[in-house]
Amino acid sequence: MDINEIIKPENLVYKKTPILKDNILHYCPGCSHGVVHKIIAEVIEEMNIQEKTIGVSPVGCSVFAYNYLDIDWQQAAHGRAPALATAIKRLMPEKYVFTYQGDGDLASIGTAEIMHACNRGENIVVIFINNAIYGMTGGQMAPTTLLGQVTATTPYGRKAELNGYPLKITELIAQLEGTCYVTRQSVQNPASVRKAKKAIRKAFENSQMHKGTSFVEIVGTCNSGWKIPPVQANKWMEENMFPFYPLGDMKDR
Amino acid sequence: MAEKILMKGNEAIAYGAIDCGCDGYFGYPITPQSEVMETLMKVQPWETTGMVVLQAESETSSINMVYGGACCGKKVMTSSSSPGVSLMCEGISYIAGAELPCVVVNVMRGGPGLGTIQPSQGDYFQTIKGGGHGDYKCIVLAPASAQDMYDFVDLAFELAFKYRNPAMILGDGVIGQMMEKVELREPKPRRTDAEIRALCDSWATIGCEGRHGNTITSLSLDPVTQENFNLHLQKKYDTIQENEVRYATYRTEDAEHLIVAFGCMSRIGEAVVDLAREQGIKLGLFRPITLFPFPKKEIDALVPQLKSIISLELNAGQMVEDIRLIVNGRIPVNFYGRQGGMIPDPEEILEAFLKTIK
Repeated sequence: MDINEIIKPENLVYKKTPILKDNILHYCPGCSHGVVHKIIAEVIEEMNIQEKTIGVSPVGCSVFAYNYLDIDWQQAAHGRAPALATAIKRLMPEKYVFTYQGDGDLASIGTAEIMHACNRGENIVVIFINNAIYGMTGGQMAPTTLLGQVTATTPYGRKAELNGYPLKITELIAQLEGTCYVTRQSVQNPASVRKAKKAIRKAFENSQMHKGTSFVEIVGTCNSGWKIPPVQANKWMEENMFPFYPLGDMKDR
Repeated sequence: MAEKILMKGNEAIAYGAIDCGCDGYFGYPITPQSEVMETLMKVQPWETTGMVVLQAESETSSINMVYGGACCGKKVMTSSSSPGVSLMCEGISYIAGAELPCVVVNVMRGGPGLGTIQPSQGDYFQTIKGGGHGDYKCIVLAPASAQDMYDFVDLAFELAFKYRNPAMILGDGVIGQMMEKVELREPKPRRTDAEIRALCDSWATIGCEGRHGNTITSLSLDPVTQENFNLHLQKKYDTIQENEVRYATYRTEDAEHLIVAFGCMSRIGEAVVDLAREQGIKLGLFRPITLFPFPKKEIDALVPQLKSIISLELNAGQMVEDIRLIVNGRIPVNFYGRQGGMIPDPEEILEAFLKTIK
């Protein structure tokens, strides 16, 4: 059969959402960011809110999120995305506003901003990528780095007496009155991708119901930082990350 | 006749914000400027003009709220005092680097460190020479009265939007706390969504209706792009220097000696001029209203008629360096200042001035 006979609209089974731009991703092969970008783009398309959505990108690998989703973007200083999002949403309450932040950005330098934005119950969506490492700067310890985990700044493994403990920030966020939906998801296989997408859609829907802040953590992989190939990284994540960072909804009201 | 109300300089900032159609104020309490947010919270402008007022968790957060709001083409502002503004410097650098309009008010107190809650002008260097990282400049207005505090909010927004650049109102604890009569203007309405879209759609993040997404960032990994951007900024600052200088003079026509002073010190300086004139000394006063752009040409034009200049400042001598650059050794440029919250009286200054011309 000629290829041109196959490529016809009636045979279409999958189409990339036009909200995802054609720019070449700068992420490493196997990195979770690309998948999360795609499902956010799909949710925005399905909800038909492209012209009403404003994203705030962090400092870290996903600083360049604005190169990949065709919506209005603001790029925040390190950790400050929730402060920007607070102002955007309060000044333009009809818009959909989300922050996209890594673990260093959200759970280390930006702890004050995320805690207080969530505690005020800002009607925003927070997408929190937890890959237990600083990717952009070359694989240093993150607040979420596991005990024993080797990084560039914990070359002999993270030790509690030297480095303190990995921070379960999502559990803390779930305690705050201002949050309405707090969940932890992953994107390492088709089933988890579908679940994560559903969670992100719910978060965006919540933000227009004045219920408070919706917080979606995605436990992800960083192959370059972890120095493990993609397939093995997924396995390492399931065996080491999931026991400490269990998946599922922590709060839904 | 326009309404005149007795109020503190800090309260004037709050009323100036509401009356100029400000969209949002984000702040954090710090003495000696807390009355700005207190006044806004009492007046509740969200009930009338729709202006958003929010108490943030820190100055770091309030300046980043301003950053977020400024990206949306909104008229947004914050106010603080010296230690708080130090915390804001990161955000101000980002706002300058992203070329966004906003207004930041600094009601200066003494430093360094936690310093004192008393008035100071010790943040001249921080405000004029940078504060945050990188080559950037803020447009800086120096109010000398409660009326200026009221009027300069509107002027600062006008200049900030004209050049898409942060504008600062550099007051001090005297101007913030002092009560004076303030003449209120006819309030300007806030800009409508349609007006903001017409004015800012090419760059603002207000939703990508009928266009591709806008991105506001100060990041560029390519050195050629970054250098070109830096050159563009410098060109903009040159244009501001050329067009936006503001200043006031007092008895300079026949002056042989000149006081240069800004803010509260220019008020005291006028009294010193009168005292000196009583003794037959031809003293005048030059008050820079814009500290950036600094009135370089205007001070330079006075130099040929002068025998000396004295810079009066509530610091260890900061603005005096800029005056010396202009004068370039042609005549003596002296300095008198007090620090730590101490404010000199006219007699004390006159005595110090007379010593410099002996």
